[in-house]
Amino acid sequence: MSADDTDRRILRHLLADPMLATADLAGRAGVSTATCWRRLERLRGAGILRGQEAVIDWRALGYEVEVSLRFTLDKTDPRAFDEFLSAARQVPEVIGIETFLGRVDVRLSVIARDMAQYQDIYRRRILTLPHIADIEALMLIATIKDAESLPL
Amino acid sequence: MIDLDDTDRALLRALAGDATQSAGALGRRHGLSQPAAWRRIRRLEEAGILKGRRVVLNREALGFGVTVFLGVKLATRGRVSLEDFERAVTAIPEVQVVQHVLGLFDYRLRVVARDIADFERVLRRRIMTLPGVGQVEANVLLSEERRPGPLG
Repeated sequence: MSADDTDRRILRHLLADPMLATADLAGRAGVSTATCWRRLERLRGAGILRGQEAVIDWRALGYEVEVSLRFTLDKTDPRAFDEFLSAARQVPEVIGIETFLGRVDVRLSVIARDMAQYQDIYRRRILTLPHIADIEALMLIATIKDAESLPL
Repeated sequence: MIDLDDTDRALLRALAGDATQSAGALGRRHGLSQPAAWRRIRRLEEAGILKGRRVVLNREALGFGVTVFLGVKLATRGRVSLEDFERAVTAIPEVQVVQHVLGLFDYRLRVVARDIADFERVLRRRIMTLPGVGQVEANVLLSEERRPGPLG
């Protein structure tokens, strides 16, 4: 299936406020509650609406440090990506893994309670990951915007 | 900061996977009554640990086939205020994430586009025209995964 204008309108309002109850979402999108519910079911069934995840604030849990580590891998070894990724999944402080086409091959989001713990994780768990050619670190100061918004 | 026990961590992990689960369903799965599960979720929300929901969409099915991460360096540091840059960049509908970082770049942006041609349009018309923007590095996202982090 493809999403029509009504589907897109419903999704736009859902993205703007994911906590909305179906009746309120229907009101904002200008459709009946029954229609809204049916449309959401259809979007779920078609795999367009994959689900809703709770957002966890790691700072509120005491993880004050978040670092974005950008890796270039030694790609002369064909197993470099697979081995690097499966080793990175074993590090509990890694909260996200992304792979790229570009100057950067992989990015890991790493959290720590403080700089001392970060330094420890960096030395013991990160620098020991396989096939690293280069690492750059970006320390997160503030998240200004984080929204799964789409210009629908 | 509040102390979490194993049950709290299990609830956070479950909600990070699917935030639409009811307190009753969560309780049954983790050996809690519905009111007990509800109280724990409530406590996690009040502590700011659970800070909302993220809708997960199949972006490709909605016509957004390309996600690009940009590293942006400001050119005229001191002359353009960070507030001006942040205000302008957060208003761009294709920009999902804006992070102020310390390191090789000043900002990290996550940008969605329909295809590479559309991304070029966003880059030239919207990003390169931002106040104070300097060097920009683009990496095209190939895959991403969220990890349970220290909750796992």
